[in-house]
Amino acid sequence: MLEKLMNIDRRIIFILVAVVVIIPTLIPVNLPTTVSEPTQKLYDYIDALPPESTIIMAFDYGPSSLAEPEPMAKAVLRHCFDKDIRVIGMTLYANTPTLADNLMQKIATENNAIYGEDYIFLGYRPGALQVILGMGTNIASVYETDYNGTAITEIPLMENITNYDQIDLLLDLAAGSSTDAWIIYANTRYDLKIAAGVTGVIIAQMYPYLQTGQLVGLMPGYLGATEYEKLLNVPGDGTIGLNTASFIHLLIIGIVVLCNIAFFIHRRREE
Amino acid sequence: MEILGIWIAAFLTLCIFSCLYRDNPFYRFAEHLFVGISVGYGIVISFHQGFLPLAWEPLSEAMGALWAEITRDATPETKAGLGGLVKIIPIGIGLLFFARLSPRHTWLVSYPIAIFIGFTSGAQIPNVLQAAIFEQTRGTIEPFAAMHAGTIPPGDFLGVVIGAILMVVGVTCTLTYFFFSVEHRGPINWLSKVGIAFLMIGFGAAFGNTVMGRAALLIHRVGFLINDWLGSIF
Repeated sequence: MLEKLMNIDRRIIFILVAVVVIIPTLIPVNLPTTVSEPTQKLYDYIDALPPESTIIMAFDYGPSSLAEPEPMAKAVLRHCFDKDIRVIGMTLYANTPTLADNLMQKIATENNAIYGEDYIFLGYRPGALQVILGMGTNIASVYETDYNGTAITEIPLMENITNYDQIDLLLDLAAGSSTDAWIIYANTRYDLKIAAGVTGVIIAQMYPYLQTGQLVGLMPGYLGATEYEKLLNVPGDGTIGLNTASFIHLLIIGIVVLCNIAFFIHRRREE
Repeated sequence: MEILGIWIAAFLTLCIFSCLYRDNPFYRFAEHLFVGISVGYGIVISFHQGFLPLAWEPLSEAMGALWAEITRDATPETKAGLGGLVKIIPIGIGLLFFARLSPRHTWLVSYPIAIFIGFTSGAQIPNVLQAAIFEQTRGTIEPFAAMHAGTIPPGDFLGVVIGAILMVVGVTCTLTYFFFSVEHRGPINWLSKVGIAFLMIGFGAAFGNTVMGRAALLIHRVGFLINDWLGSIF
């Protein structure tokens, strides 16, 4: 029995994981969630902004990692449009403009937000470092036009916005090291307030920035999206995803514990 | 058209998942297609969102203005466009990268590389020191300053004290593990072993979060297959 467990075919684990994902997807369950401090801080910060404040949303993720940041983006966009907070979208990733533009349009349509007045999408410019530093001096020097090719001087939302001095928050939705770059250059050099919504892979790297106040808030992966949706009282993709993920976590914890017990018993017998 | 897109996406998703059984031509086809499309899309976007608005359009406008100046057709608008001529400098420096293609002129590549390294170092060194060293050091010792000043709410005091001590012990022991100028014996060895424990806890947290991230990707694709693809059939 122990021998069998120690040499289990990995494909059996794949099948178990598939079953654990498919069943809750077909029969949705609603597990209780609590809101953690990092997400609460971000929500409170945005909620306290007066109407017509402006935030930048940096969509720094690609098609291969959109599962986690996209629910976060949807939740925060809904919150901003609901609070009459203006949103400037942009990305440091070449593969993201179409994804981000479509997402902003979809949420804006649902919330009756008007392009050019409530939100704009600037698109992509190459050279992350130069973009971050350049926008600190003059956004128009980096983005002379928006994603659709309209001169940003002709866009009402950008009328009184020159650089980071007129921006109340930058939210980086990240699947890589872009949040570090925003903190190192935009926060340190220009004192721009930064918050982040990051994929699971990089959550652990973000907590030191949270503790020092270099991040005003943090949405950690699916959990962050779920918590934000709970604060808005609008369950969405994050809530559905986290409920399913909870079953995978239980399965993986079970397998890890079981295999460790088998390993230690096997080693003791050999000794 | 949307249905066709869903079917193509579902087929490619299943091709990628087929690798879980074993490597096969369907998986390799989907993998190569993904890499090719990503690179191709990235190049097109970089061209349209980078090269055209930042280099080509201002330069061509400036050249037009210069021509108007030469032919004495200049207007105040065309004169304003002359400022774009300054783009010749960064474009020229960038073009020097292509000197590598000619063995006789390869040495010219050193100039853009030197400028790039100089600019990046100048931008990074002070900011990284401030953000990653000074701010993190401040964050490590700040709770003790708050304790000394008595600004911690009484209800949070015990948690803050324990957290602050753990953080200082963790930082000191972990740094000791990476301190190789002294042989790891006696107290140094014990400190570095505690440092390893902290590192392992850190790696464990990172691994757990990575599992959550990978599970999210799986859930997203399974959700697509069940809700969008199968939903379009049944």
